[in-house]
Amino acid sequence: MDFALSEEQELLASTLRRYLDEECPITRVRELVADAAGNDGGTWKALCELGIAGLLIPEEFGGSELGLLDAAVAAECLAWGGAPAPFLGTAVMAPVALCEAGSPEQRARWLPGLASGSTRVGVAANELASRRDGAGVEVRDGRLHGTALMVEGGPDANFFLVPTEAGTRLAWVDAQADGVTCKRLTTIDRTRGFAELHFDATPVADWLGGEGGARRATQRMLDAGRVILAADILGASERTLELAVAYAMQRKQFERIIGSFQAVKHMCAEMVAELEPARSLVWYAAHAFDHVPEEATVTALHAKAHLSEIGPFIVRTATEVHGGIGFTDEQNLHYWFKRVGVDRQLLGAPEALREQAAREQGWIE
Amino acid sequence: MDLSYGPEYEAFRAEVRAFIAAHKDKAPRAGRGVTAGKAHKAVREWQGLLIENGYAARNIPKQYGGYGAPVDILKRVIIEEEFNSAGVSRGVGGQGPEMLVPTLLEHGTEEQKQRYIGPTIRGEMIWCQGYSEPGSGSDLASVQTRAVADGDDFLLTGQKIWTTTAHESQMMFGLFRTEAEASKHAGLSYLLVPMDTPGIEVRPLETMTGDTEFNEVFFTEARVPQTSIVGQRGEGWKIANATLTHERNMLASAAVLDGGLRNLVRLMEKERVNGGRVMDSPVLRDRLLRLQSRVMAMKYHSMRMLTARLKGEFPGVSALVTKLTGCEVSHQLNALGIDALGELGTLYEGSPRERDGGRWQSQHMFTLGLIIGGGTAQIQKNIISERGLGMPREPKPQARA
Repeated sequence: MDFALSEEQELLASTLRRYLDEECPITRVRELVADAAGNDGGTWKALCELGIAGLLIPEEFGGSELGLLDAAVAAECLAWGGAPAPFLGTAVMAPVALCEAGSPEQRARWLPGLASGSTRVGVAANELASRRDGAGVEVRDGRLHGTALMVEGGPDANFFLVPTEAGTRLAWVDAQADGVTCKRLTTIDRTRGFAELHFDATPVADWLGGEGGARRATQRMLDAGRVILAADILGASERTLELAVAYAMQRKQFERIIGSFQAVKHMCAEMVAELEPARSLVWYAAHAFDHVPEEATVTALHAKAHLSEIGPFIVRTATEVHGGIGFTDEQNLHYWFKRVGVDRQLLGAPEALREQAAREQGWIE
Repeated sequence: MDLSYGPEYEAFRAEVRAFIAAHKDKAPRAGRGVTAGKAHKAVREWQGLLIENGYAARNIPKQYGGYGAPVDILKRVIIEEEFNSAGVSRGVGGQGPEMLVPTLLEHGTEEQKQRYIGPTIRGEMIWCQGYSEPGSGSDLASVQTRAVADGDDFLLTGQKIWTTTAHESQMMFGLFRTEAEASKHAGLSYLLVPMDTPGIEVRPLETMTGDTEFNEVFFTEARVPQTSIVGQRGEGWKIANATLTHERNMLASAAVLDGGLRNLVRLMEKERVNGGRVMDSPVLRDRLLRLQSRVMAMKYHSMRMLTARLKGEFPGVSALVTKLTGCEVSHQLNALGIDALGELGTLYEGSPRERDGGRWQSQHMFTLGLIIGGGTAQIQKNIISERGLGMPREPKPQARA
C-alpha cells in the first residue's frame, strides 16, 4: 500500500515549479498574455525540453512513457505557475487517443512530433459534453462539415483531433487543410488559447481506429482530459491559498497582522480542508485511469465535478482574504481565479458530469 | 503509487475472512451494550474469542492480557475493513480500550498496567472520560475540578460534563487540577477514579436525539489515593493530549462515510414518491452525487494518511482536516436521507411508517454532536491554521490591555 507520489513524481513537480518560478513567474506570464496573438515567448518550447509534451508517449516515439498521475502532477504545477501551455490537448488528450486507437503507422507518423513539442493539437471535444445549437461536426463523403467550439490550444495548433458521429469516429485533421477556418475566442483566461473551428468539406488526414476503437479512445481521452482539468484546478487553487496565507501573514490592520484574526484564519483553514481531500481524489482518479480501468470513468467524472466545486470556493476565498487589493488587476491573483473559472466549464460542467456519473453507476437509465 | 497490499497481507486477509465466516454466528448483534459496569456477556465472550485470535487487543502485550502481536498498521486496517464489510461486531470498544489503554501503556506504572489493562480489554471494566467541564469546553486546559492533597489521598471537588457512559462505568480517567499555583496547562494531573467512590454523583444528560449517553458527574470531596495518578503531578495535559488526536480521527472514519453513502443510495432507489423513485428526482440525485464526490475524496484521503503512517511520516496539514471535513460530510449524508424521505423523514421513536428505525433523524442530530464534540469545528480550524499553516494564535485580550 503506497498512496503517495513517487520520488520521480516529486522530482518532476519540484523541477517544474522551480523552472516556472525562475523563468516564467506570474509577472512574466502577465507580459506574455498581453500579446493578443498568443506568442508565448518560447515557454512551451522550454517546457517541452523538460519533457512535458512526451510524458504519456511511448519511449520508442521519443516520450517518457509515464502514466496519467505523472501528467496530473505536471498539470497541477503548470496551473500553479499560471503557465501559458497547451498541455490538455497536445500533451494529454491527443497522445491518449493516438495510443488507444492509432494504427502502428499512425502512431509512428504523429507521436514523435507530439513528443518533441513541434506538433500542437487542438482537440475538438467540447460538443461531446455540451453541444450548442448550430455546433457539431458531421461526416459527408468522407469529409468534415460543421463547427466545433471552445477548442483548447486551437489558435496555435497545426493539427486538430475531431471526434464526430457521437464519438464513434475520430478524425485527425491538418490545420492547413482545405475548408478549415480557425477563429480565436477570447475567454476570461488569457493564459490559454481557445478557438472556434469551421469545417467546410475538409479532408481528413487520418481516421483513428474503427468504430469500436474510436469510441473507446474517445472515452479514454475524455477521462484523461477531465482528470487533467481537475489537476489544473488543484494547482491553481493551491497557489491562491498559498498567496492568501502569505498575504495574511504580512498585511496589518488594527495593529495586528490579519492572519491573527480567527475570521481570516478560519477562511484559510476551510480552504485547506477542501483542498487536501480533493488532492487525494485527483491522485486516485489519475491512478485509476491506468491501473483500475473499471473505475476510471466514474472517478474522472467525480474528480472533475468535485474540483469544479471546491476550486471556485478556494479562489474566491483567497481573493477575499486579500481584501480590496485582491480585486485589482495588478495583484495577479485573478489569473488563477479565471483559469479555474474556465476549467470548471470545459469538458462538462459539474452538474452534467454528476448526471453522467449516476448513469455510469446504473442509478438511472 | 501502489494500492495492492502484497501477498503476505492478502494471505492475512484470507485468514481474517475465514475466521469471520466460521465464527460470525457467535458475534453479538449491534445494540448489545453495557450492564453494571461490564460489557454484555455475549460481547465479552465474543471479545475473548477475538483476543485469542488476534482480532482485538492485537498489539497489547501478552502479560497484560492482549494478543501480543507486533504493531502492523496494515494488518489492523485489514481487520477493520473485513469486520466492517461483513457487518460483524469488533467486540469491546469505547474509551477504555481506545484511549485509556494506550495511555497506560505509555505512561502507567507496572502496577496500573497489571491492574487495569486486562479487565478493560476484556470488557469487564468500562471507563468514562472526565475531561470537559461546564466552564471548560473548547478551552479544555482550563478545567477547574480540584484534586487537593490530603494525606495519601486526593479530595476531588467540582463537576464534569459530556461524560459518555458515566452511568454505566466502573472507572473514570480524567483531568483534575492538582497544582493550584501552577499555570493553566501545568496544573493538571491525569487521575483514575472508581465511580463508586463516595462523593461522586452521576446525573444523566438527555441530548437532542432523545438518548442519554452523556452525563454530568459531580464530585464532593471524593477521596482517591494519590497512587491513582498516571504520570507525574502536573503532567496531565501532556498525557491527555496524546490521545485526543486519536479520538478526533475516530469520529470521522472514511469506512463509516462509505457505508452511509451506500445506505443512502439504497434508500433513494427503494423509496417512491409521486409514482416514481426518489432517485429519479434530478435535484435530490445531484445532491447525492455531490456527496459521493466528497465521500470518495475522504476515502482516498484516508489511504493517503494511512500511507504516511506506514512510512512513519507526519502527513502535515492534510492530517488535520479529517475530523472537520469528515463530520460535516457525515451530517450532510444524513440530512439528505431525511430529505429523500420528505415528510415521512420526520417520523421518530418507533412511529408507524417510520423508515430505517428513525436512524436518518437520530444520526443527523448525532453527527451535529460530532461536529461540536472532540474539539468543535472552530477549534479544528484553529488547529489547521495554527499547526498546519503556521498562522499565529489569536492574541489574549489581557495582552492588549
